[in-house]
Amino acid sequence: MTGPTVAAPRETPPANPLAEFLLRLGDDRLVLGHRLSEWCGHAPILEEDIALANIALDLVGQASAFLAAAGEAEGQGRTDDTLAYFRDEREFRNALLVERPNGDFAVTILRQFLFDAWSVLLLDALKTCGYAPLAAIAAKALKEATYHLRHSSEWVLRLGDGTDESHARAQRALDDLWRFTGELFQTDAVDEAVAGMGIRVDYAALRSRWNDMVSDVVKRATLALPADQPAATGGRRGRHSEYLGHMLAEMQSVARAHPGATW
Amino acid sequence: MTDTRQPPTDTQWPLWEVFTQREQGAPHEHAGSVHAADAEHALQNARDVYARRGEAISLWVVPSSAIVASTPGDAGPFFDPGNDKAYRHPQFYKVPRGVRGL
Repeated sequence: MTGPTVAAPRETPPANPLAEFLLRLGDDRLVLGHRLSEWCGHAPILEEDIALANIALDLVGQASAFLAAAGEAEGQGRTDDTLAYFRDEREFRNALLVERPNGDFAVTILRQFLFDAWSVLLLDALKTCGYAPLAAIAAKALKEATYHLRHSSEWVLRLGDGTDESHARAQRALDDLWRFTGELFQTDAVDEAVAGMGIRVDYAALRSRWNDMVSDVVKRATLALPADQPAATGGRRGRHSEYLGHMLAEMQSVARAHPGATW
Repeated sequence: MTDTRQPPTDTQWPLWEVFTQREQGAPHEHAGSVHAADAEHALQNARDVYARRGEAISLWVVPSSAIVASTPGDAGPFFDPGNDKAYRHPQFYKVPRGVRGL
C-alpha cells in the first residue's frame, strides 16, 4: 500500500467541521472499545481477558474525552453520553475497520494492530496541533495507545511466527482487513476545514510511516503484506457495513430503555 | 530441599512469578503470577494484571520453575527461631527516629 493518499469526492463541508472531526476521533475509539469489550469473559486466557478489557476501557475513556469535546464544539448541549447512546448508525463517523466483527483472536489482534499503529501516529501529530483541547486529549491518549501498540504488535509476532494454525489465521485476518485500512488516510472537506483552525495532519507522511511500521512487524511475524487493493470507505460519512447497527443496538439498549438513568 | 511441587497440571502457558515495585527505592514484592509464552509476554500480562492502575513503577517476572522453595518438611529445622536464645534477636536496639522502611 504505497499509493498516494486518495481524496474522497468533494462534498459540501458539514456546518461544523471541528465537531465533525472530533466525532470521528471519538467514534473510532468508542466502536473499537465496545468491540473489544465483547471479549470480556471469552478471551483465550484470563490474562488476555484482562488485557483486552483494559484496552477496551482505555479506548472508551478516550472516546468519552473526544466526544465531550465534540459536543462542546457543536454547542448544542449534547454530552459524550448523548452522543454515544442517542445517535443512530448513520450519524456515526467511525472508520469501517473498527466495526469489523471480532472474528477469531487473530482477527481481533490484527484489527487492533492496524488501528494502533495508525492511532499512535495520528495522536502524535495531534498532540502538537493548534487547538489546545484536542492537543491535551491526544497527548494523554498517546501514552495509552503506545502501550496498546506494544501489546498488539507482540501478539502479531507470536501469532504470525507461531504454529501453522496461528500463522494461517493471522495471514487470513490481515488479508481480510487490509482493504479497510485505506480509509484511515483519506481526507475530505472536514480535514481541509480544520486545517484552518491549526489542526493540520500530513496524512501522506502519516501513511508512509504507518506503512513502515506495519510492514516491519508483518515481516518479522513471517506474514506477507497483502497487495494494494481498492479501499472500502464510507464510515466517515455515516455509510457503514451491516455490522455496526447490530453492535449499536446492543451498546445503546440500556441507555435508551432508561434515558437519564444513573447509578 | 528438593522441589516437590507438582508440575502445572493445566495446559496453559508456563507460569511466571510477578514482583512489583511501588516506588523508587522500595523493594520488589511478590504480587502473584501470570501465564505467558515468553518473557516479554509475561511482562505485558503482569502489567495488565498487576500494574494497570498505576500500582507499580517497575516489574520483575521470573519463571516459576526457577524458584527453589523450602518444603513443609523444612519447617522445624529451618524456621524454629530459637526463642529461648534471646541474645540472637536484635531487640535491644532502638531504631533511631526518622528511620523508616527498615
